[in-house]
Amino acid sequence: MMKNNEKTLEQNGEIKNNIRPPETMMSLAWKRFRRHPGAMVGAFVMILMILTAVFASLSPYDPEKSDIKNRFQSPSLAHPFGTDGLGRDLMTRTFYGGRVSMTVGLMVVAITLGIGIPIGTVAGYYGGWIDNILMRIIDATLALPALLFMILLAAILREADLPFVQSNSKMTIALVLGVLSWPTVARLVRAVFLTLREMDYIQAARALGASDLRIILRELLPNGFGPIIVQSTLGLGYAIMEESGLSFLGFGIMPPTPSWGNMLNNAQDHLVQYPWLAIFPGIMIFLTIISVNYIGDGLRDALDPYKVLAEIGE
Amino acid sequence: MGTYIVRRLLQAIPMLLIVSIVLFGLVNLAPGGPLSQYSRSRRMTAERAEALKRQFGLDKPLPVQYVVWLAGNDWMKVDTTGDGILDSYGTRKGILRGDFGFSYKTREPVLDEIGERLPNTLYLLFFMMLFTGLIAIPIGIISAVKQYSAFDITATTLSFMGQAIPDFWFGLILILVFYATLNNPFTGDALLPSGGMYTLGADFSIWDRIKHLILPVTMGLVGWVAWYSRYLRSSMLEVINQDYIRTARAKGQNERKVLYKHAFKNALIPVVTLFALDFPYMFTGYIYAELIFSWPGMGRLYYDAATARNYPVLLGVLIIGAGIVIISNLLADIAYAYLDPRVRYE
Repeated sequence: MMKNNEKTLEQNGEIKNNIRPPETMMSLAWKRFRRHPGAMVGAFVMILMILTAVFASLSPYDPEKSDIKNRFQSPSLAHPFGTDGLGRDLMTRTFYGGRVSMTVGLMVVAITLGIGIPIGTVAGYYGGWIDNILMRIIDATLALPALLFMILLAAILREADLPFVQSNSKMTIALVLGVLSWPTVARLVRAVFLTLREMDYIQAARALGASDLRIILRELLPNGFGPIIVQSTLGLGYAIMEESGLSFLGFGIMPPTPSWGNMLNNAQDHLVQYPWLAIFPGIMIFLTIISVNYIGDGLRDALDPYKVLAEIGE
Repeated sequence: MGTYIVRRLLQAIPMLLIVSIVLFGLVNLAPGGPLSQYSRSRRMTAERAEALKRQFGLDKPLPVQYVVWLAGNDWMKVDTTGDGILDSYGTRKGILRGDFGFSYKTREPVLDEIGERLPNTLYLLFFMMLFTGLIAIPIGIISAVKQYSAFDITATTLSFMGQAIPDFWFGLILILVFYATLNNPFTGDALLPSGGMYTLGADFSIWDRIKHLILPVTMGLVGWVAWYSRYLRSSMLEVINQDYIRTARAKGQNERKVLYKHAFKNALIPVVTLFALDFPYMFTGYIYAELIFSWPGMGRLYYDAATARNYPVLLGVLIIGAGIVIISNLLADIAYAYLDPRVRYE
């Protein structure tokens, strides 16, 4: 008996000396994320893409000013991606286009979260008739044929003269895309709230006199953190793809402002003679979306609470 | 089951009404409004514009205009001459009775225009969906059965790539490869045509039709094949790990039957539901293929209407699109309840 106790003490001492730094959920998640090869490669490529967008202004060429003498140059050392029909350097335009596409994508995510989280919260937390009304609004939004509706909205806003919605601004396009993308997040947040709001710990918080706002912000919303992050990552990918699509159709970002989509639209007219016009913007969209999807996949694994708990042996 | 379907159908009606109000309001609040068409004309004067407004019933408040659009105006007196006097009964029947108005561009009834284009889109969609199924189903099954094999890893990687390819770009690349670069070794012509449904002026030939289908169908199906093979794989994996599959194996059932009779059938249930939900996206997504390959379908019709602000056509296609979304969602729910005996809606 005595011996056993001593041994236990000894072991405790040992553990004390080699004490591991406390592991937060975040550090565990990062550990798991790092082990996902696709996600790590995706993150690396994404960082490269962001760098090209950030440092696009270092280019010696102007993305919008035409230089008729140099039109339709094939790729060379001076113009690695070639030049377009107005003699503009395509590499410069592609990197500036990335800036536009990524900014629009981030704006859409912000709009999605800004509308989706409050609506999902109210619907899930309060339930009852208010939930019913909000769910009907969500159903109606989802009943709109998305692509057609975005085209209509873009066509209308293009001619509109509203205070914050100048035609051909990134914000306008972000609004067009964001109007239809928030229901997914709202439903997600609502589902988290619905499953958790009757749990004992919420009852306990309420018994301790916590206000609704405190319960929502401190006890419930953090549980939605993982799925919201994953959804936002994938949403960024969708938004960039949709922006490119709308711009390709001529209802998104308008020339001369470059965007990957409108560069492809431009390439369509000269596809056979000058194929390089079409190659690079498409590759950029492809690389961005695939990176974002892999990052989302990695985050989904990394932020799954059950997997994280299994990691620390609970 | 019967009452469930009826209840869902009844829920769909107010939904369509709400959507139609939103769409109608949006189109009519648009700057310029439906008359912006005519304002470009030089002969347009303020009085003439007022008269036109009265003739089209645009002087009435928006809710009245909505009711007329919805239910027609053959039950009320309207001002057909534009002189401010209500002289005779209207002639419009409203969309509830299939009158979507007239296209600003061709002066044809909108429904006729849609009827002309719809079969072309469905024709394309049919082959796209057929080949999506033929390719995605075997890939999904083999990937799941041989999880983590070389085949599975390749298929999963390819499906990630397929989902990331912007289809409009893929279409351009297809033209570049199969029209601009590769030649038919016998005739020296381009291997595949770059657009249209058939060679204009040529006699009908099945081979000609097929040649025109290959590129737009390929462009359309890549993303869907990627999506469905991945989805079927995970659905299959879930089923394979169920107890009843182990039971079937324990009974000594042969592996083929276990996989196809027990596993695949059950794995298909969520896929069928998903397909119903995805159908509207396939339908509207074809706008890209129709533009790139100059295919005379609904997508092109809508695109042209949006560029020319042809409101009656825009509204017509939008309402039909919304109807397709709502019906697809309804079918998804019904299919789910019908195929999965565990689901009971009462």
